[in-house]
Amino acid sequence: MFTYVVRRTLAAIPLLLLISIILFVILNNAPGGPLAPYLQNPHITPADIERLKHNLGLDKPIWFRYVVWLGTILHGDFGYSTTNSEPVLDAILGRLPATLELMGISFIVSLGIGLSAGIFSAVRQYSFWDYFITSLAFFGQSMPVFWFALMLQLLFSVHGIPLPGGYEIVLPSAGISTTDSFDLGDRIEHLIMPVMVLSLLNLALYSRFMRSSLLEVTKTDYMRTAAAKGLSSAAILFKHGLKNALIPVVTIVAISLPGVLGGAIVTETIFAWPGAGRMFFNALQNSDIALMMGYLLILAVAVVFANLLADVLYAWLDPRVKYD
Amino acid sequence: MAAIIPSAQPFEEEDTAVYSKVTFWTRLRRHKLAVAGIVVLGLITLCAILANVLAPFDPNAIDNVHWQGNPLPPCFQDAVLCGGHPLGTDAVGRDLLSRLLFGARISLQVGIFTVLFEVIIGVIVGAFAGYYGGWVDWVMMRITDVFLSIPLLPLLLVLTAIVAASSNKASLSFWVIVLIIGALSWPTVARLVRASFLVLREREFAEAARAVGNGDLRIIFRHLLPNAVAPIVVQATLDVANVIVLESTLSYLGFGIQPPTASWGNMLSDAQANLQIAWWAAVFPGLCILFTVLSINYIGDGLRDALDPNMK
Repeated sequence: MFTYVVRRTLAAIPLLLLISIILFVILNNAPGGPLAPYLQNPHITPADIERLKHNLGLDKPIWFRYVVWLGTILHGDFGYSTTNSEPVLDAILGRLPATLELMGISFIVSLGIGLSAGIFSAVRQYSFWDYFITSLAFFGQSMPVFWFALMLQLLFSVHGIPLPGGYEIVLPSAGISTTDSFDLGDRIEHLIMPVMVLSLLNLALYSRFMRSSLLEVTKTDYMRTAAAKGLSSAAILFKHGLKNALIPVVTIVAISLPGVLGGAIVTETIFAWPGAGRMFFNALQNSDIALMMGYLLILAVAVVFANLLADVLYAWLDPRVKYD
Repeated sequence: MAAIIPSAQPFEEEDTAVYSKVTFWTRLRRHKLAVAGIVVLGLITLCAILANVLAPFDPNAIDNVHWQGNPLPPCFQDAVLCGGHPLGTDAVGRDLLSRLLFGARISLQVGIFTVLFEVIIGVIVGAFAGYYGGWVDWVMMRITDVFLSIPLLPLLLVLTAIVAASSNKASLSFWVIVLIIGALSWPTVARLVRASFLVLREREFAEAARAVGNGDLRIIFRHLLPNAVAPIVVQATLDVANVIVLESTLSYLGFGIQPPTASWGNMLSDAQANLQIAWWAAVFPGLCILFTVLSINYIGDGLRDALDPNMK
């Protein structure tokens, strides 16, 4: 097992190098290259640009610059963000807690609701609720995330949901909190809509996978054997069925994790959530190439390690999988 | 998302007879939601084709007679104020229904052309990788690994932002969007085709085709590819839906189809600012996207069941 993990980790290194090469090529073909912010400045003459190019080594061949760049990346230096006026890594790390808060809560919500809905749907296959849940999951997967966010804002922020007794549910449409001082109720109110939006896709994905995986397991001989032994249906479901059905689901969950980071760009932008996703969107609008590349690189590392985690978990959970 | 893709189960040879065509249609017809999807998508396609006939107004024209600074409401909400615009106008006084009809053209065309492009690259890469194996396979699969490891939406955003800035004009043309999305989304198709080809190249009929002296290209495209069509068709259908959502997301964020050309996505980016006064501008374009994508997804689901029940 240990050698398997080590070998898979080592295999991820060339992949990450290849990713970094492709990102570096894109970065260097960006308009104006890394000097783009200076090209607009009327006080900087073409001669200054030439001098900057020479001083920064931009007149060197591209492979040479790649090696130097890779060296700085490996030292944790992702360059300087022009929109935030701070190093890229500091900018991303500074916004990450807000993003992780949103992601973490959304993950718990989509995992909890998605898996239970999938199990329920599989146990009651072809019932009304099964059809209801599967159709809802289909809707969820077809829904454009940003439009779902707009509709929530229209319902809860613009109009408000009237409750009996003259009360009304109104949710804040933007930001992480209303005041600077910590107020748990206020923080939760700000979380509700972004969490609903961010968990939507994975909720649909998890429930569909849970359902089909459990139905697959239900057909197996060992489930029939368990029933023939006279076990209660709860024991069959939880001890024999779920344990096996969860194995493929675990890998899907691991693979889907970094996707949330991509979804966070749209969600955070719409709800003005002060996280890394919204900062990435600002960087896009201001051609802050160093920040864009730093974010993409970190995302790619997250994807590679999520895939690695999925493979390792699968091999660990399922003794039928040989890992040599 | 690589591991989510169902493993390709190529057709049995005897399945390719007339018999399979009959079962294909009966199976597809049994999938009620897929049939509903075909009907809805057919209607939307018809609307898109006939947009210039059906649209009551010029989609880019501002109604200077009725519009006075605020979006006009739909006629079913206020028959007087609407000024003859069935679904009202957007914030700058352009007819919403006409823009939706022309937006359908954009969405469907982006979906179809992008997927065509993606399938062509994916089939070529996957077929060669799977057929030749060895170092060809190794190199091509490492490239697909790279593309599958960078999340699609952020990479798309970066590329469109860079292309938009370097072309020195505010608008990205339709074809640039198609090429960029297509160039980044072929790896899933390539993996699928490769998986089929790894199995197919070992089969007797491939052996026979080689024995009678067919060239590699002929074997790949005439003998093996037709047997790998089922999973490609299913994946391509589902990808049309994905691409439509991607395009609308890009356009919503301002990096896709640029105004004044109407696309469902960029119509929504104007709508957010006017959410307080014009619910219709936010609701209708999104409903169009939702129903289009939903019908395509149901069709894809139906095709999967109809083409190969083992493919789940």
